[in-house]
Amino acid sequence: MKTLSLPLSAAEILSLHAGDAVSLSGTLYTARDCAHRRIFELLDSDMPLPFPLAGAFIYYAGPCPAPAGKASGSCGPTTSARMNSFAPRLLGLGLGGMIGKGEMSEEVRAALVKNRAVYFAAIGGAGALYGNAVKKSQCVAFPDLLSEAVYRLEVEGFPLVVAMDAHGNSIYDPAAPVSLQAASGRTERK
Amino acid sequence: MFYNWTMRTIDTRQIGDCVYRLALRAGTRMTDPCRAALENARLKERGAAQYALSTVLENARIAQRECLPVCQDTGMSAVLLEVGQDVHFTGMLLGDAVNEGVRRAYRDGYFRKSICDPLSRENTGDNTPAYVHIDIVEGDHVRITYLPKGFGSENMSRIFMLTPAQGKAGIVDAITETVRLAGARPCPPVVVGVGIGGCFDSCAFLAKKALTRDVGSAHPRKEVREIEQEALEKINSLGIGPQGFGGNVTALSVQCEVAPTHIAGLPVAVNIQCHCVRCEEEVL
Repeated sequence: MKTLSLPLSAAEILSLHAGDAVSLSGTLYTARDCAHRRIFELLDSDMPLPFPLAGAFIYYAGPCPAPAGKASGSCGPTTSARMNSFAPRLLGLGLGGMIGKGEMSEEVRAALVKNRAVYFAAIGGAGALYGNAVKKSQCVAFPDLLSEAVYRLEVEGFPLVVAMDAHGNSIYDPAAPVSLQAASGRTERK
Repeated sequence: MFYNWTMRTIDTRQIGDCVYRLALRAGTRMTDPCRAALENARLKERGAAQYALSTVLENARIAQRECLPVCQDTGMSAVLLEVGQDVHFTGMLLGDAVNEGVRRAYRDGYFRKSICDPLSRENTGDNTPAYVHIDIVEGDHVRITYLPKGFGSENMSRIFMLTPAQGKAGIVDAITETVRLAGARPCPPVVVGVGIGGCFDSCAFLAKKALTRDVGSAHPRKEVREIEQEALEKINSLGIGPQGFGGNVTALSVQCEVAPTHIAGLPVAVNIQCHCVRCEEEVL
């Protein structure tokens, strides 16, 4: 398993291939449906964004409230496909990549290649495990959206799999290598 | 005129307290049959698919040990009530009591509040209202089944109004096509709840009710069981696999419930459930 710390260099991003297992640490920003709509409204009216996009990673997630003594409640990924219409523009503005679950569109694939960015899959449903890997959490925008607000997370050792890489490969493609570090075979999809 | 001396009085506060207990328990634990099915699936996978299954099983252990929500999508609360017709409720309205139980559980459990207005998207702030379904049955008991339903999987659900001529083959195709189109999005390996028959809306309810059965349980009627088995085989030859990483196990189980329908129709509803089944039940 590769160990990576954010921000990622261009060389690090280019070294990643769909199917690679990665342990990621550093700063992430959560944003899902409603937060993306608000970010787009800010972009359309030339207003400052809640966080600098350049090199940043967005985590498609809406965490549970933090119990006493914890930085975050359960914090697994949400379905990325709902953000298909948002991701290409943000990638064009320098976003380093995204973390979520499930396949994303061909437009997203093209934008990842064009902007040398990466889309990681977190393991959907593993909320408690990801929540425990969050060491700090702070709401930085849209607090009225509750769990859908933008949170700045400091994470340690997020277990991820490279889902769509900067070379145009996707783990969700029928012919994709699905083995971790391409170590073992798979069933062909029909 | 006979006075019914067997009438049992239940204060709806008891219902609210029961919903509270069930919601807290359901949010933090995967059911045992679901865990067993995932452990079995793990043996059939390799590489990234096996890694995904190991991770979700480890997550379930952490959640139960630390009383944390097993998934951050603590869902929309579906509360299925089976009420004996010899029960007389006192106190606040039954529906209000259920919502009160949900409200307290989501606050005390540090669960995510996921319910909002469909148009303004404004969050109700306490995960209410719950979806409440009431069946009146014989007896003086109340059975409460609590199923928190995440929407990553709910969004992938579909309903089909098939023609009678499409028959069993059409049903199997509808189920398989729904899972194929869902792909990696609903957190496979999924559990597939299927309603067959009834009318447009009662069919959809049957699909949800099917999800309250133990994962892997088979329908007592042979014809229905055959549909369950055939659909499961077809789904697992799609190759989507755990988390969509490719593999042999795209669904853990297909579970059908049936009801009589109209001579002109064959409604089929497919309700998709992610790999983490959370469902608790109590009888008062």
